[in-house]
Amino acid sequence: MTAVAYVEVGDRPIKAVNDDIRAAIAAGNEVVVTNTLSRHNLGIGLPDGAKVRFEGSVGYYCGGLNNGAHIEITRDAGWGLGEAMAAGEILVQGYVGMSAGASMRGGLIHIRGDAGPRCGVAMKGGDIIVEGRIGYLSGFMAHAGRIIALGGAGDACADSLWGGEVWVAGPIASLGVDTKVVEPEPAEVEAVEKLLASRGLDDAGRDWKKIVSAQKLWYFDSRDSRAWLMI
Amino acid sequence: MADDLNDREYPFGPPDEDVVAFGDGAVPGRPAGVPSSYDRGKSPRWTPEAIAEAHAVAQLGRYQIRGFSTFNTRFPTLDDLVFVPATMTRLPLEGYRESCDTKTVLGDRPGLVEQPIELDIPIYIASMSFGALSASAKAALGYGATKVGTMTCTGEGGMLEDEREASKILVYQMTPSRYMLDLEHLRMADGIEIVVGQGAKPGTGGVLLGMKIPERVASMRTLPVGVDQRSTVRHPDFLGADDLKVKIEELREATGYQVPIFVKMGATRPRWDVAIAAKAGADVIVLDGAEGGTGASPELLLDHTGIPTMSAIPAAREALEEAGLADEVKLVAAGGIRSGADAAKCLALGADCVMIGFAALMALGCNSPRYLDDYEALGTSPGRCHHCHTGRCPVGITTQDPELEQRMDVAAGAERVARLLTAWTMEISLLAKACGKSSVHNLEKEDLRALSLEASAFTGVPLAGIDRPYTW
Repeated sequence: MTAVAYVEVGDRPIKAVNDDIRAAIAAGNEVVVTNTLSRHNLGIGLPDGAKVRFEGSVGYYCGGLNNGAHIEITRDAGWGLGEAMAAGEILVQGYVGMSAGASMRGGLIHIRGDAGPRCGVAMKGGDIIVEGRIGYLSGFMAHAGRIIALGGAGDACADSLWGGEVWVAGPIASLGVDTKVVEPEPAEVEAVEKLLASRGLDDAGRDWKKIVSAQKLWYFDSRDSRAWLMI
Repeated sequence: MADDLNDREYPFGPPDEDVVAFGDGAVPGRPAGVPSSYDRGKSPRWTPEAIAEAHAVAQLGRYQIRGFSTFNTRFPTLDDLVFVPATMTRLPLEGYRESCDTKTVLGDRPGLVEQPIELDIPIYIASMSFGALSASAKAALGYGATKVGTMTCTGEGGMLEDEREASKILVYQMTPSRYMLDLEHLRMADGIEIVVGQGAKPGTGGVLLGMKIPERVASMRTLPVGVDQRSTVRHPDFLGADDLKVKIEELREATGYQVPIFVKMGATRPRWDVAIAAKAGADVIVLDGAEGGTGASPELLLDHTGIPTMSAIPAAREALEEAGLADEVKLVAAGGIRSGADAAKCLALGADCVMIGFAALMALGCNSPRYLDDYEALGTSPGRCHHCHTGRCPVGITTQDPELEQRMDVAAGAERVARLLTAWTMEISLLAKACGKSSVHNLEKEDLRALSLEASAFTGVPLAGIDRPYTW
């Protein structure tokens, strides 16, 4: 059985807290972080194979640059949860603030509550599951990856996507620019439902809207090669 | 009524109209009674260029995009400043003999960074992306910089293996678009630069047109091949100064407090922007004046946004001093630096180091008179080419075309970059020694005089002769 190490946050310097978390991981422990007090920058750049639970709420960038760790937050998270993560998993039992999963490249973020604005902004891969609602401009300029919202979406949903997909079950306040709602292929629905089932979220009755880039913003309107060359 | 004035008669009767009208031709070639605007026709506002611009945009239906830097002729140049070397009040050093320290340390804020960056010279190569530049050009810049003990910066497109291999010291640039942001790359970098703006187009994100996005560039940026990439300018996960402070701490956590954090900005309100970035915890502030270059930008932003490098540096220096951080935070100046003399003037105005982009590309061969047919095909010629945005660079630098790329020899290009950096360092130290300075970092505003009211007013440098700065 893996040993569990406890790390207290409180008002200690964040460097000392993170050093303790890293040391506990390196020693082969699962880590439980207590008295988190919504502090910023907890658990940055954690390695593959690590298992860390934050008991309480966390501030900005928790799990940022995650390289494969499995992270759980028992309450709420602030801005930039799991930003730029490459691999691993982050589970938030509560709500998250702005820009969850910003520019993430891989792995899974699972949020049980609602997510604030710009969820999955600039993401380059991986999956974000939000059991509640995603805020305005979610998926803004995402390149790739998948955002799955079970409780609807705010304004300007999926605005200016380069690529990637935003799946919404529930009402969408408004779509962003250069988006289109497409009928998902049965195999795609199956893949999404399978992912959700693996998270204990079975429900065959969902009415999915799959939003992708309309690709009109991929290019300027007047695409005259001579105009580009002769200026 | 003016009509009344003609009621009176001459004693000799009315004159002959032909004679009144200079029948013998007072203005050669012009009909009688026609004002000079008739054949001059020069509106200072609607110049032939302004008219042609309106015609062009009326046909095109969008703003124009191009590379290079501002064509706004109203920008002052560093030529408006001269050095006043030591004479009776100060003692010069022997310019051809005595040594002058050129070592430049960035990121030595006490107690924060384990590995400050140490450069042998006060110049390094600016952030220019793989994408804007060919992989060969990136490598050549890296090898050239490394040879003379200085560094390069990745630019927006992620860390290129070719550059990491070539550059002994490499700063990783984190732009708002976060292309290929990778923890391992951060940890492989010798410094991290957070970009909040650039001189060429402050307040607007980068541009890379589809002609320069083949497979390798596209995959590094997670973009479809051939799209006209226009990047974000706002970071996805922070907005203001308070957030930037947290972001800087996050990057320090991610890299174990090993390397310095740079914040790069376009010069707009440096008096405030620099103070804010310094207080947010930046180790180094890179201030890019409006003359800064770019691979592609909406043209109007090049010509109509930002303030001159010359004016930004003293304001930034004042800001650091007022914040009590002048000894802790280093200031790098960039934007339109064309020579060792320009670089020396930037140091004297208050910069700790300068960063050069197009000057280094010139060393690689930018605008060199070869492949004339290809310049002509772009509608330009050597010496006035600014067509980086097209990806059809005749000399193989700002291109992703494999055939064009081969035109730039990596080894020869690297050597020219190294020689340019060497020559400029000699120029800077020659000026420093003439001013009696045993370190290039001892150059100061007092070593300069302004040749124009404008330059004096912008910089606070005393006017030549009268020895007082122009004030209001």
